[in-house]
Amino acid sequence: MRWYEHLLNLDRRVLYALIFIAVLIPSLLPIGLPINISPEVENVFGRIDALEAGEIVLFPLEYDPSTAAELEPMAMAMLRHAFQKDLRVLACCLSPTGVTLVEDEIARVAAEYDREYGVDYVYLGYQPYPAIVIMTMGENFRTPFPLDYYGTALDDLPMMHGVRNYDDVALVFTVNATSGIDFWIIYGQGRYKFPLGLGSAAVMATNYYQYVQSGQLFGIISGLRGAAEYEILIDTEDPVAGRGMDVQSIAHALIVLFIVMGNITYFVDRRRRQQQEA
Amino acid sequence: MKRELPRMITLVTGVFLALQYYVPHRSSAHMYETLMDWLIVVGIFAILLGIAGLVRQHLTKIQSRRENWPYSVALLTGLFGMVILGFWGQGLGSPFVTAYFTLLNPVQATMFAMLAFYIASAAYRAFRARTLLATILLLSAVLVMLGRVPLGEIVWPPFSLGSLEIPGIAQISDWLINVPNLAAKRAIYVGLGLGGSATALKVVLGIEAPHLRG
Repeated sequence: MRWYEHLLNLDRRVLYALIFIAVLIPSLLPIGLPINISPEVENVFGRIDALEAGEIVLFPLEYDPSTAAELEPMAMAMLRHAFQKDLRVLACCLSPTGVTLVEDEIARVAAEYDREYGVDYVYLGYQPYPAIVIMTMGENFRTPFPLDYYGTALDDLPMMHGVRNYDDVALVFTVNATSGIDFWIIYGQGRYKFPLGLGSAAVMATNYYQYVQSGQLFGIISGLRGAAEYEILIDTEDPVAGRGMDVQSIAHALIVLFIVMGNITYFVDRRRRQQQEA
Repeated sequence: MKRELPRMITLVTGVFLALQYYVPHRSSAHMYETLMDWLIVVGIFAILLGIAGLVRQHLTKIQSRRENWPYSVALLTGLFGMVILGFWGQGLGSPFVTAYFTLLNPVQATMFAMLAFYIASAAYRAFRARTLLATILLLSAVLVMLGRVPLGEIVWPPFSLGSLEIPGIAQISDWLINVPNLAAKRAIYVGLGLGGSATALKVVLGIEAPHLRG
């Protein structure tokens, strides 16, 4: 058997093992590759950094464990920035399997900055039918969420006094890996005209850049790379996404190598077949 | 009457909601708010119907021992198990949250993580430059994959060839995302928007009534 025939018939378990090693080694031994800040992430950072202390930011954090590896570091970085700036955080999760995950993240970041629930931040939790929830929040947050996640009436929470709808929040930034992104753009920003930013999984982000150009989104943070850049901008002590970029770099390089190797063997084999036929 | 009444309700509601968008009056906003309340109530009944349908379908499957019936047992156990655990609260540390973090969380994360292995295998076996279009797609994918990670920027930074400025791989990746990608997306989205509007108009005017079928 010739060399390219070996490669053409390579056991897929070899590929699995190589990708496993490519992920494992930089996870255990971080390389610390330098990360440049992109203008799009800098724009989002600048927009939030320009808010005054005490202003309210609405964070719809809508993802679940499947995309948490990419979006949890992003959400944590955004929350840390908000608390560093003494902004008040209103959060919700319109993804049913992410509600608990998001609750845990908010509680952890709030504890880091010694923030008090009900005064500095409020978690609304989940309600079904994101499109309806987004539309009704435009009239009054109390319509879809008469109670917060812990069962307290919104009017009993000091932070929510005088906070009725999107008019009372400085901006909305959704970290999202669901079809809810479209709902926020169409039913939320389209109707109620609030400033909307988006953080999404890298694979989804390419679907939404046209909304940045049209002004419907003030910025996009894309995937783990965007989260890593945001971590640098807020000077995070424990850059989870930054370490993840080492892993992603090696994994992407290996996949490109697989593509190149696969094509070389394909072309060599094709030429041999053509020669045999001739 | 059985068909005319729902069509009439659809027409009146559709026309009202379309006009309401352009009427910035308090009474208009109040009616819109009331309709949103109704929407939530109708939505809740739809969820109940959905759960009832799901349970009935899987109970029938279990009773008749149809193919893969044990999966139905797993589904119903998960559904009712989580509901029962929810009675002991849903705050951090509760049985519900413990079940979430020890069962659902690792299962979902594992399922998604396995994609990396499939992508690696597909990249090696299926991603071939067989035609011109496939080659363009392949090159774009390689440039974007490397352009979005720090390693790519180190390997291929911007450089000069005499007076010629050659962009780095990150700039090329950004151009691919922001120019050809967006041009195609815009065309698709404009088409979708026009198609959606036409369909909505047909439903409101009763020309099409998919909600009356079945």
